[in-house]
Amino acid sequence: MSLTIGIPRETYPAEKRVATVPDVTEKLIKLGFSVLVESGAGELANFADETYVAAGARIAASADELWRSADIVFKVRAPSMDEVALLKEGATLVSFIWPAQNPELMQALAARKVTVLAMDSVPRMSRAQKMDALSSMANIAGYRAVIEAAHHFGRFFTGQITAAGKVPPAKVFIIGAGVAGLAALGAAVGLGAIVRANDTRPEVADQIKSLGGEFVPVEYTEEGTGVGGYAKVMSEGFQKAQLETFARQAKEVDIIITTALIPGRPAPKLITAEMVQSMRPGSVIVDLASEQGGNCALTVPGEVVVRHGVTIIGYADLPSRLSKQASTLYATNLLRLTEELCKAKDGLLNVNMDDEVIRGATVIKDGEVTWPPPPPKLSAAPAQAKPAAAVPAPEKKSAHGASGAPMAGSTLAIIFGLGAALFWLIGAYAPAAFLGHFTVFVLACFVGYMVVWNVTPALHTPLMSVTNAISSIIAIGALVQIAPPLAAGGVPRGDDWIRWLAVAGIVLTAINMFGGFAVTRRMLAMFRK
Amino acid sequence: MSASLASVSYIAAAILFILSLGGLSNPESSRRGNAYGMAGMAIAVLATVFGPQVSAAGIPWIIGAMLVGGSIGLYAARTVKMTQMPELVALMHSLVGLAAMLVGFASFIDPTSELAGAEKSIHEVEIYIGVFIGAITFSGSLIAFGKLSARIGGKPLLLPGRHWLNLAGLLAVGFFGWQFLQAESIAAGMLPLLVMTAIALLFGIHMVMAIGGADMPVVVSMLNSYSGWAAAATGFMLSNDLLIVTGALVGSSGAILSYIMCRAMNRNFISVIAGGFGSGAKKTAKKADGEPVGEVTAISAQETAELLKDAKNVVIVPGYGMAVAQAQHTVFEITRTLRERGVNVRFGIHPVAGRMPGHMNVLLAEAKVPYDIVMEMDEINEDFPDTDVSMVIGANDIVNPAAQEDPGSPIAGMPVLEVWKAKTSIVMKRSMASGYAGVDNPLFYKDNNRMLFGDAKKMLEEVLTALKA
Repeated sequence: MSLTIGIPRETYPAEKRVATVPDVTEKLIKLGFSVLVESGAGELANFADETYVAAGARIAASADELWRSADIVFKVRAPSMDEVALLKEGATLVSFIWPAQNPELMQALAARKVTVLAMDSVPRMSRAQKMDALSSMANIAGYRAVIEAAHHFGRFFTGQITAAGKVPPAKVFIIGAGVAGLAALGAAVGLGAIVRANDTRPEVADQIKSLGGEFVPVEYTEEGTGVGGYAKVMSEGFQKAQLETFARQAKEVDIIITTALIPGRPAPKLITAEMVQSMRPGSVIVDLASEQGGNCALTVPGEVVVRHGVTIIGYADLPSRLSKQASTLYATNLLRLTEELCKAKDGLLNVNMDDEVIRGATVIKDGEVTWPPPPPKLSAAPAQAKPAAAVPAPEKKSAHGASGAPMAGSTLAIIFGLGAALFWLIGAYAPAAFLGHFTVFVLACFVGYMVVWNVTPALHTPLMSVTNAISSIIAIGALVQIAPPLAAGGVPRGDDWIRWLAVAGIVLTAINMFGGFAVTRRMLAMFRK
Repeated sequence: MSASLASVSYIAAAILFILSLGGLSNPESSRRGNAYGMAGMAIAVLATVFGPQVSAAGIPWIIGAMLVGGSIGLYAARTVKMTQMPELVALMHSLVGLAAMLVGFASFIDPTSELAGAEKSIHEVEIYIGVFIGAITFSGSLIAFGKLSARIGGKPLLLPGRHWLNLAGLLAVGFFGWQFLQAESIAAGMLPLLVMTAIALLFGIHMVMAIGGADMPVVVSMLNSYSGWAAAATGFMLSNDLLIVTGALVGSSGAILSYIMCRAMNRNFISVIAGGFGSGAKKTAKKADGEPVGEVTAISAQETAELLKDAKNVVIVPGYGMAVAQAQHTVFEITRTLRERGVNVRFGIHPVAGRMPGHMNVLLAEAKVPYDIVMEMDEINEDFPDTDVSMVIGANDIVNPAAQEDPGSPIAGMPVLEVWKAKTSIVMKRSMASGYAGVDNPLFYKDNNRMLFGDAKKMLEEVLTALKA
């Protein structure tokens, strides 16, 4: 018997996203599930009921009906208490939960004897990236933050020189180069602004540069990489240096986008009221941490306010403002998680607690709270090992070169010594006729050496086939043996053996001669510009 | 034709051969180079046939033999597929080796020789060496041919105590050489010569059997070199300067190619010839370092096409897998489609990609890829950071970042194409199997790498269809 996945309409005020989209619905059905969608669930994300039906889903007329018949519920926002009460006993809920912030919700869910997978608790490992809904949402939030800023900013982003005068490019400063920060960076660069970014983790400097931004370091030595790729709380001295850096930037830039979050803590206050005051009128601050209290002291969560002539945007629902995109990405994250949960593709769930990813995401298992999970294994290990491993290689090379230099000298001496001995032997014992040939041989080796180094690597195959053809010059050896003219008074060769050996030699070399040149010709004819 | 005229013709032929090799320095002049080679060969053969050393009685024999051999050769040259070039070249090397052997034997049993004393000894040493090199070239090339055409498995055959076997063989060759020189008559010398030939044949077989598939570029160029030395030895044997010059040219050419190939794999020539990649010590070292960890991300042909469409700079890195799948024409179609869209597509060729030096260049040329977008490794490596998509088709070890990052890796220090520095790299492979060197490839686990699994040709055709759609 296959399970039914229910997609309710989101009830949170102004929430426009939906937990699955028609494209994904189709794939869920392929996994063996049946899909039930509450009427109007996708409306605000521009997905009409009919499109779900076309994808194979059924439509539930009311929320009651949906919650009652769904074995698995996919949601975006954490459920309200009313929704928890509707949840079927033994059912599975997959949505954002934020277990640390919502202890009552966790209790209520546990009391319903359900299994809950929190999308916000999916561990940050490379294997789990495809189900990392936080990253997908942060990506959207970062992009949207720039769009909101552009909307409230009274000037172009890109610099222009027009007939009506010169327009300087907008300067954007981004605090926190996580997924959201980098997405904002990319979007702002795309619009033509000059973008700077800061992060407490020094290893992101390269990522910032790779997207066309400029890394603004804090002049203070302390590394801020915490477990799982998140930032950690920094020391006091560092914080002071950081604020000074930000204050300097605030005076210069037009737009500040803050994305600094530390998991499970209120957002750090990075932009003080004085800094806001020091900014040029008309500047914009987008505070992506507003839900956790905001990085800016003057942020009003959920609202846009103007303070000291600076627009401060504190929307907490940026992903929802890009509802279609957000729903599509979130639905895909859910699908990837579902694939992990249903490897047999039989429409049943297997919450395998031995799987690190599933273990991390599961916050309640059959009514038992399993949150928090054991700490994740270090995900950044290969990244850290990389620079360390990259350094020894060249070092090794240079060390080898250093110790090798005298050795090369001695090898050279040995080679010259052997050569001299060989030449002496030849000179002492060989007859004059041989020496003539030997001279030719040695010189020809050097000519060959000089000529062949000039051959371009692209033509190495033709080189081999043409040298192969040329080496059939051995034919001459066979030719002169086939029927040498009788020397006056010489013994007639009554020996057919030589002739047959010579004929065989000619046949073989002729194959080579004609074949080698012909195939070289064929190859060379193909090389064209 | 007088002897002097024949000698002058030989000098002309030698010059033409040198010009022929010189012409290969770039594709423009290479066609003329080949023509020089043919002219040189024609002059040499005609001068010999009409020269003082061949009487009229031999001419019908010569014409007959030439016709038979020539038509076989032309037929083979016309029908061979470009992917089979390594096999053809190996087979042709074996012919040179065999011919050198035959000429050596014929020269030995020639009763008209009137040499005596030191000259006779030197002549016999030359025969002995000529036959030895010829026999090794012959049997070694045949085995190489078998391996390249997959008639013999590519796995190295490692007999226990193989180095001792080789050493014993060499000592035996030396011993019989002594016997051969002591022999009073032709009949008495025949036995040591035949025994030595048998040993040399076994030696050639054993040497190439011990070498694995991806070391083939080295072996093929080494055999190329041997066939040259065989010709040079024959030249000494017959006191013919043209043979000596030509043999030396070919021999040094092959030796340089072998050296280039070895350097491109960061391997010592001796260790390649000694055979067997990754002896016991290396393998344990690899295990201790641990396998690369992480997950590979698969990609579909459709998504690949999307990535390529959106890219500005694309670098394609072909390997032996492309040759096996015969995918070069599809690769060209993709290249053409992308170039028409204004995408800058180039090719990055590793010196040892494929099974013989320059193998990939010939395949791409056959598929009509213009040679000015086909780059060498050193030319293109620094461009990877500006590349949007690098596509690896059927190659593995030549794009393995472990060569640079992991000093304990068996391929550490080998120059590689730095495809992972591109924004996205796509690796087309049939499965996750490791490359020839048996080293796992950390490239597959990199965040910006995608795997396109499947037969290269089939997948590329799907990519092409998606691109054109």
